[in-house]
Amino acid sequence: MQLFKTIAELKAHNDYDGLVDLIPYAKSIGVETSMVGDHIVSTLKFLQSNIGNPALPALHGGVVAGFMENTALFHLLWEVKLERMPKIIDFSIDYLRPGQATTTYSHCDIIRLGRRVALCNIKAWQHDIDKPIAFARGHFLLSNNDQS
Amino acid sequence: MLINPFLEKINQTPHANKLNMQLVGVEESAITIKLPFSGHIIGDPFDNIIHSGAITTLIDTACGGAVFQTQQNFRALATLDLRVDYMRPAVSTKDIQAYAHCYKLTDTIAFVRATVFIENINDPVATAMCTFMRSQQEFPTT
Repeated sequence: MQLFKTIAELKAHNDYDGLVDLIPYAKSIGVETSMVGDHIVSTLKFLQSNIGNPALPALHGGVVAGFMENTALFHLLWEVKLERMPKIIDFSIDYLRPGQATTTYSHCDIIRLGRRVALCNIKAWQHDIDKPIAFARGHFLLSNNDQS
Repeated sequence: MLINPFLEKINQTPHANKLNMQLVGVEESAITIKLPFSGHIIGDPFDNIIHSGAITTLIDTACGGAVFQTQQNFRALATLDLRVDYMRPAVSTKDIQAYAHCYKLTDTIAFVRATVFIENINDPVATAMCTFMRSQQEFPTT
């Protein structure tokens, strides 16, 4: 759990950029994380390499999903006192609009925080927060006490 | 068996190209796509665990490809929803594969199941279900 230890240090210093730098996948798709009011908002800057449909053009659906999974992971790391890295159990995404070639934002709400499992809802939008491009939900395993 | 020529272009979109995804198997209504290991798909650099987002991208691409192979034309698709169950972390420096099978096409919707594995499909990393909206228009072929 070396990664988790490093993340705990970054968290102690409110170092969001350091968190992104640590996760190669998040960095490679262009994730940035910041506080907007009381909320953590993840930003996915537009990169040509995130295009999945050059004809429209539209972002790759997998990138949008990966970005939103990452949003939930970062949210859990910042908001919940954890002793290990959360592990994704399942993830379900509904696509509402094509992801255009522009900046995407995403926010996570924890619907239920149990001892072992958290259920997260994640919303992603671009120009208008009231016109989301995707909704997603996912379960994350927080501890596996029953297995050890 | 006909192979939809669209599948040859599957790694030509910018993101598929960046991840270097490759078509490795084709059946009547199913395809297998490989995601080669690379540094920028890592989610946990200490334990070499691949980020679930890269796996979701592999699934989305494989499922879309399976629909193209099944429909044998260039009708455009949009992913409606995608659900993934992650059985175990992908701890590996090996290539990851996704086998996607389009088991039902209606005029407007395509239904696909997928299995992600490293070496043995019976020991999956993840399983997924996916539905697509089928457009009446075709993708540009040039």
